[in-house]
Amino acid sequence: MQKIEKLLQKRAAELLAEGTVERVLAWHAGEFFYDNAPAAVSSADECDKLVYNEFCPANLCKYLIETSHAGKKTAVFLKPCDTYGVNQLLKDNRIKRELVYAIGTPCSGMLDIKKIKAAGAKGIISVSVDGDEVVVNTAYGEKRLAKADVLLNKCLMCKGAAYKIADEELAEPLPVPQFTGDKFAKVKEIEAMSAEERFAFWQSELSKCIRCNACRDICPACSCEQCIFDKPDTPVAGKAYADEVEEQMYHIIRAFHVAGRCTGCGECARVCPQGIHLELLNMKFMKDINSFFGQYQAGADSETPAPQVSFKQNDPEANSAVEGREQHV
Amino acid sequence: MLEKKNFEPKIVAFCCNWCSYAGADGAGTARKHYPANIKIIKVPCSCRVNPLFILRAFQRGADGVIMCGCHPGDCHYSTGNYYARRRMTLLLSMLDYLGVAGERFRVEWVSAAEGARFAQVMNDFAEHIAALGENVKLRDLRCKK
Repeated sequence: MQKIEKLLQKRAAELLAEGTVERVLAWHAGEFFYDNAPAAVSSADECDKLVYNEFCPANLCKYLIETSHAGKKTAVFLKPCDTYGVNQLLKDNRIKRELVYAIGTPCSGMLDIKKIKAAGAKGIISVSVDGDEVVVNTAYGEKRLAKADVLLNKCLMCKGAAYKIADEELAEPLPVPQFTGDKFAKVKEIEAMSAEERFAFWQSELSKCIRCNACRDICPACSCEQCIFDKPDTPVAGKAYADEVEEQMYHIIRAFHVAGRCTGCGECARVCPQGIHLELLNMKFMKDINSFFGQYQAGADSETPAPQVSFKQNDPEANSAVEGREQHV
Repeated sequence: MLEKKNFEPKIVAFCCNWCSYAGADGAGTARKHYPANIKIIKVPCSCRVNPLFILRAFQRGADGVIMCGCHPGDCHYSTGNYYARRRMTLLLSMLDYLGVAGERFRVEWVSAAEGARFAQVMNDFAEHIAALGENVKLRDLRCKK
């Protein structure tokens, strides 16, 4: 990873110096070693402050919208999963391809500091990866944890090391976390509950929501310039009136607006300060789209029409989606 | 909650201008009876119906919502109802997933010539909603204030 960081800094400086791009999107150090934040640099001198390690989970592709509007050619460092977001933005005509210089950046899974802390590591000074293990250097000595146990949840459903869009690749791909299970297992579990249980589950989950809109702001599919949630007369009036109905409404609307465009990057759930399992709403739509309208992966390319802007004459009837389901009272 | 026998459900029906609304007219001309609790909202096409309309109706106190459009293949705008069908399939499935109102929302296709069918669909739906009772799960509490 340190090697890649050096390459990233070097490449960013080169691209800026030779004038290929006007701006580079990457990550820089945050307040702590584990909260690296997105960074935009526009001069080669600044590139040495860029960082890349196992704590750079942020997907940078959404910042391309603004740079595309400004008409500035921008280089962006993309982990394999981030490239789906760029394709989706291209498909939605939110960014211009000629203004994007995509650099594939190898990733072997990002770490979750909350999981490391929960595993009992106190006084953490630094964290490094050693093969399948994570070495946590703490004030009380060294602690080794299995890497698979401290990966971010989104990395547990890794879509693989392939870049879906890239103008160049920074380095040889790294081995990514292997995911073999059923990614819809949890969705199926909820579907199997009774209507009352489902209602109770979502009520307890969604009532945690503080309406900070972080899930909306981070989402590469949520790219409207004017968002319905910012309109004062929207039916989900806002935090001041929030009751549980509005929270349900907010989350149904948010998930529906990205249905068929959600790439499953898992950023919404990662940034949620309340730890709401938002991915379960998005995954439900993905599962439904796959089963009702045929297999579809948003962002896998930038041409295939999205499921909600296309149709087949023999699509299933709407009512069939709930036929045979238990009645709600 | 109201006694079920006295319970008069509030039902919102989104009907497209070209088929279903004309179907409602047909039901009237043919003197086919359907319940007065059904409040029809005319829309240019079933594709005009934003899922938010449905949620909003529930939020503001509807006990049931039904969306009617031209039969697939008969859309006045050729393809509107195909898009509407996909959208509503996903919405229905999501409402069911959240355990809120999957049974209270229905999509039916009624053509301009099907006045009797319109009345039949509405009678069935009103009966179904009356049996389910009041919608409390997706209702804006402010409506009661």
